[in-house]
Amino acid sequence: MTSIAEILADRKICICAGSGGVGKTTTSAAIASGLAARGMKVAVLTIDPAKRLADSLGLEELGNEPRQVDPALFTEAGVEMKGELWAMMLDSKATFDELVERNAPDEAARDRILENRIYRQISNALAGSQEYMAMEKLYEIHQSGDYDFLVLDTPPSRNALDFLDAPKRLTQFIEGRSLQIFMKPTGLATSLIGRGSAVMFQVLKRILGFDLLSDIGEFLQAFSGMVDGFSERAKSVSALLADPATSFIVVCGPQGEPIEEAIFFQRKLLEAEMPVGGIIVNKVHYEIDGGEGVEKTLINQLGVDSDLAARVSANFDNYRALASRDAENISRLSRDLNAQTVIRVPYFDEDVHDLGGLLKIDGYLFASGDEREQMAAS
Amino acid sequence: MALGVSDLLDKKLVFVTGKGGVGKSTVALSLGLAGAARGKRTIVCEIASQENASRVFKRAQVGFNEVELTPGLWGISIDPDESMREYLLLQLKVKAMGDLLMRSKLFLYLAQAAPGLKELVTIGKIWELTLPDRKVKGMEPYDLVIVDAPATGHGVGFLQTPRTFAEIARVGPIHNQASTLAAQITNHDETGVAIVALPEEMPVNESASLETQLIDDVGVAVDRLYMNALYPHLFSDTEAETLAGLRESAEGPTKAAITAAMSEHKRATVQHAQLERLKEMTRTPVTELPFIFKPQLDLGDFNELSELTI
Repeated sequence: MTSIAEILADRKICICAGSGGVGKTTTSAAIASGLAARGMKVAVLTIDPAKRLADSLGLEELGNEPRQVDPALFTEAGVEMKGELWAMMLDSKATFDELVERNAPDEAARDRILENRIYRQISNALAGSQEYMAMEKLYEIHQSGDYDFLVLDTPPSRNALDFLDAPKRLTQFIEGRSLQIFMKPTGLATSLIGRGSAVMFQVLKRILGFDLLSDIGEFLQAFSGMVDGFSERAKSVSALLADPATSFIVVCGPQGEPIEEAIFFQRKLLEAEMPVGGIIVNKVHYEIDGGEGVEKTLINQLGVDSDLAARVSANFDNYRALASRDAENISRLSRDLNAQTVIRVPYFDEDVHDLGGLLKIDGYLFASGDEREQMAAS
Repeated sequence: MALGVSDLLDKKLVFVTGKGGVGKSTVALSLGLAGAARGKRTIVCEIASQENASRVFKRAQVGFNEVELTPGLWGISIDPDESMREYLLLQLKVKAMGDLLMRSKLFLYLAQAAPGLKELVTIGKIWELTLPDRKVKGMEPYDLVIVDAPATGHGVGFLQTPRTFAEIARVGPIHNQASTLAAQITNHDETGVAIVALPEEMPVNESASLETQLIDDVGVAVDRLYMNALYPHLFSDTEAETLAGLRESAEGPTKAAITAAMSEHKRATVQHAQLERLKEMTRTPVTELPFIFKPQLDLGDFNELSELTI
């Protein structure tokens, strides 16, 4: 049982992946805080628009550029801040705009794209574009060399691995051979394209309407000059993800479904030859041995009245039922992952939404396995 | 309970929405059972999901088929690609043309280029289920359609898709289709929305802002907020104090049992404070659903919950 510090030693990037509602943002912030407190200059990037991270770090709001978290907050929480903690929230539209600005051959082309209605929709909502922009920003900040370590909180997409093929999908989309149908301003149905495409165009027109179709055509034409720049960039981004200096951490909850997803996730990451560092299971009910005779002991030795004793005992049974479910799920997870590290963070009495809470999580993430067991048992 | 869920179940179409991991599927299925128990021919739609309903009813995966799960309650798992195919067939009326499109690389690119097209056809399929005169041949109409909506990762995107689309495609068939769907979603008499929340700081904040967006920006009727998985008050403050005083003199499992009781008390207290916050921050009636201390919910639990959703 290793600690997160060991998993991330010699790394430069940690990408937290997992389905929604498992505490990914909180975990990302906790990892970043812990590394910063120990002396690194760390930036944490989130895509969660819910102000979750900003709130927990005492920042009014987060922008598309990293902002520094006040070190005094750590001191107040009783932790010495040896490094620096920076945080930002990804604005995927702004990032996409910057990308267009960098790659457009000239101003006219740039404006044509930025003003195109299809582009405006895509830069906000195209499946995968948010994921891709998260990667893009990660790459940009990594290239700047301003930080010792980066932590990325990935988008809560339904298919949480969308971000892996996001670069590929986006370039495929803009460089596809079929796009040639739009490349000839006059010749949507000329002989060069062939009859198949002409029929296709008619069918599309019937479904989408001519207006929408010509908007799409205009967008693709405007984009065509940038294909090379985009493809190259996407290759660099993909390479960074697979780099040995990157570590993927899968975050999940202890219930059956999140565990299944974590197993699926980890398998997909390995298939894609991504460096998986370990799994963090949040909100775990730790197992406690025994339990029979609790009611009697409470009554006979501690003088608790029988009604209260019965409720304490029933509640303990409930807790143990959840704890044994969690233990079962986690052992299935461990079995499935072979040698991969699983770090269990207990279910705290109060939910985590401030720096104090993050640091409490840190206690577990950065402890060795034995220390963790002791902390949970106390 | 003048404004009770009876109102929600009187609608034709109900979207159950909320952040990931809050228990939307649980609430959707419970509402479905409640609808069926009231004699309504009800269907619960899951969207590209893991088929919670088929697990609870111990069925093989239902897939893109309408399957009767229990008398009066049907289930379907709506797959965007299948919805697209069905839509194209209904639209083009020639199977060969639909197949041609679905096989076309160009079309797949365009489906991406036209953002939200998948969501649009998904909502289109949901709408088709609500029609008294179904478009799909041989299918019976439903009294009540309940949708386990996708997690609101991108805000209220899903419910807003039809309107966005109607704006992108200014004229033409897609425009007309999208406008019809947008009108259906914002029809307060026929369509309702239930938001599922959890009794924690951030989920409460998120649910409150989701409510605002849904009402003010999307213009739908938010009929009900569900505070899910709420810990019950098992111990009074005095009892918790008594137990805290005894903790040090106890040992082994007894000590652990006391600690567990104190945790329960603290959690219940904190969660009820969050419940009050949710009520203060929102304008929709809040219904409480208890945390169920079981490794996995079974049909009995869902039947119990379905009575509480009312």
